[in-house]
Amino acid sequence: MIKFLLKGLIRDRHRSLFPILSISIGVTLTVLMQAWVTGILGDMIDFNARFTTGHTKVITRAYSENMQQMASDLAIVGVDELTDDLEKEFPNMNWINRIRFGGLIDIPDESGITKSQGPVVGWGINILTDNGSDIERMNLQKAMRAGKIPTKSGEILMSDELAEKLNVKVGDDATFLGSTMFGSMAMQNFVIVGIVHFGTTALDKGAIIIDFKDAQEVLNMENATSEILGYLPSGKYNNELASEIANDFNSKYSNSEDEFSPKMLTLSEQNDLKSMLEYMDSIIGIIIFVFIFAMSIVLWNIGLIGGLRRYGEIGLRLAIGESKGAVYRKMIYESVLIGLFGSLFGTIIGLGFSYLLQTKGLDLSSMMQNTSMMIQSVYRAKITPLTFYIGFIPGLFSTIIGTALAGIGIYKRQTAQLFRELEN
Amino acid sequence: MKKILILILMTIVFINAQTPSAEMILEKIDENMTSENQVVTSKMIIHGRRASRIIESKSWSVGDSKNFTEYLSPAREQGTKMLKIDDNLWIYTPSTDRIIKISGHMLKQSVMGSDLSYEDMMESQELTENYDAKVTGTTVIDEVNCWVINLIGKVDNLAYHKRKIWVDKNKYIPLREELYAKNGKLLKRMELKDIKNINGRWYPTKMIFKDMLKRGQGTEFVIDDIKFDQNIPEYKFSKAGLKR
Repeated sequence: MIKFLLKGLIRDRHRSLFPILSISIGVTLTVLMQAWVTGILGDMIDFNARFTTGHTKVITRAYSENMQQMASDLAIVGVDELTDDLEKEFPNMNWINRIRFGGLIDIPDESGITKSQGPVVGWGINILTDNGSDIERMNLQKAMRAGKIPTKSGEILMSDELAEKLNVKVGDDATFLGSTMFGSMAMQNFVIVGIVHFGTTALDKGAIIIDFKDAQEVLNMENATSEILGYLPSGKYNNELASEIANDFNSKYSNSEDEFSPKMLTLSEQNDLKSMLEYMDSIIGIIIFVFIFAMSIVLWNIGLIGGLRRYGEIGLRLAIGESKGAVYRKMIYESVLIGLFGSLFGTIIGLGFSYLLQTKGLDLSSMMQNTSMMIQSVYRAKITPLTFYIGFIPGLFSTIIGTALAGIGIYKRQTAQLFRELEN
Repeated sequence: MKKILILILMTIVFINAQTPSAEMILEKIDENMTSENQVVTSKMIIHGRRASRIIESKSWSVGDSKNFTEYLSPAREQGTKMLKIDDNLWIYTPSTDRIIKISGHMLKQSVMGSDLSYEDMMESQELTENYDAKVTGTTVIDEVNCWVINLIGKVDNLAYHKRKIWVDKNKYIPLREELYAKNGKLLKRMELKDIKNINGRWYPTKMIFKDMLKRGQGTEFVIDDIKFDQNIPEYKFSKAGLKR
């Protein structure tokens, strides 16, 4: 029967071409949207995890009240002991210390007089410590635009836009000015050994990266850190697992009476990422629903027009004895075939576009000149296993629903009038 | 009846005659507290959220325009120097061996973690130039009779738009000061205590500063030694002096 239906569809292009085209376009859009949304949101979450939030983050309760201030006076003290405890309690997690701080960077001229000055956000990360684990995590090798990664204490990396603004190059000296953990003036000379481009405007505009130990030294944070980030062994964020770990930790270590007691937050509890995760979960469903709804109406219309065009054919089939149910069912079978072909073509085209966006990406940096959010400026789609079959769900459902609605008209035909209608 | 009315009027006139103008009170404060120059050895006791710490320093100043401060302890701060000339502020640390000008948003930062900002240090004490002053009443603080003076900024870009000062009626010494933002929010509070007569001047030797936007118990500024009208060499107020 499939062969018979296929022959009918191929020979009568009015029945196949336009519906297949419509479905292909819709499925292409669905596939592309799914890959695009998954890519953008996934990248955002991954980017935040690697740079700021971790999958979990341990901070003091006081620090958590206003994390954006990066107040080093509210840091965790006794960090070596706490990290040991974390490693014992949650051995599968990767725990790393980070210090985030704000201040001013001052560039001297040959005589030591200020040549240029600007505000900076600083990151004390594991470059020389912990086998340089943050070099890979923060993609520093790829981000390098000039120079090299620090190999000894007193060396820093500077973001490219800041370097341009301050008119500095690799090898120049820079003095950091800020506040120590105790509020005193922190002043330290560094040598700029590398210029980096992170691909996020908030960082590229004004960031310096130094080794964690250097940050501890400059900010007078002996055995202290502002944050301990935890990463799940899979490398992928799992909200359920992260929440379980955070709850376990908080029940043992956090004390609401002590503002300097540690507190563990999950990724979703930081940077408003909870809503983003929920949005990510629901957006795919919304896309499919909207597509099924819209395409069903389009295909219902196509079905109605087709029904009018095939009025005579259906009337004849009914007149020669084919039951209304059989005609209706065959129309549904036809729609399944049309849906399958449309979905297949649409998926292939959608995958092609998605692959292009996955490899090339879309650079929106010019639209994000003034953003201070931790988001990347090049957006990429991401092809996942779901991308390969998601288009078939709306592709098939919309054609079946559309045909089923249009085909109801068959049951309204009066057998007694069929021949009279055919005579006309 | 007529006599009573005259008596009341006379009393009012007498009381008003007893209340000097705000400008006059402020001038008297300046006369008492301002000297040609002064050398102060002091300590700042900063009561932070976590712990308290003491920073010792020595300052040389000429009027409001020039000030040179050298930090004496603790070890991490030792040798750090600050130079203020008019509206400019430079800082020097021996570890960097660099002189850096503090400007822009850095001026709003706290000095050594205290409740004072660099901006506070830069501020001119000549209040009558920048504020419209008015005596609004009298009160008693620690059994001392005080005038209450309200000052409202008459120029833009002031760190504090409104000030309220409680001044000792007899010694012409401010005993308390509150600093407000333009929206009326109380930003800082100062209390001046342990008033001593030093070389014929009444001078507070203990000041307690509280940044109301900051948690913590405030900063005590205790004067250990103060000398007026000293012979301060001019190089002290030069950038070269910072590296000496």
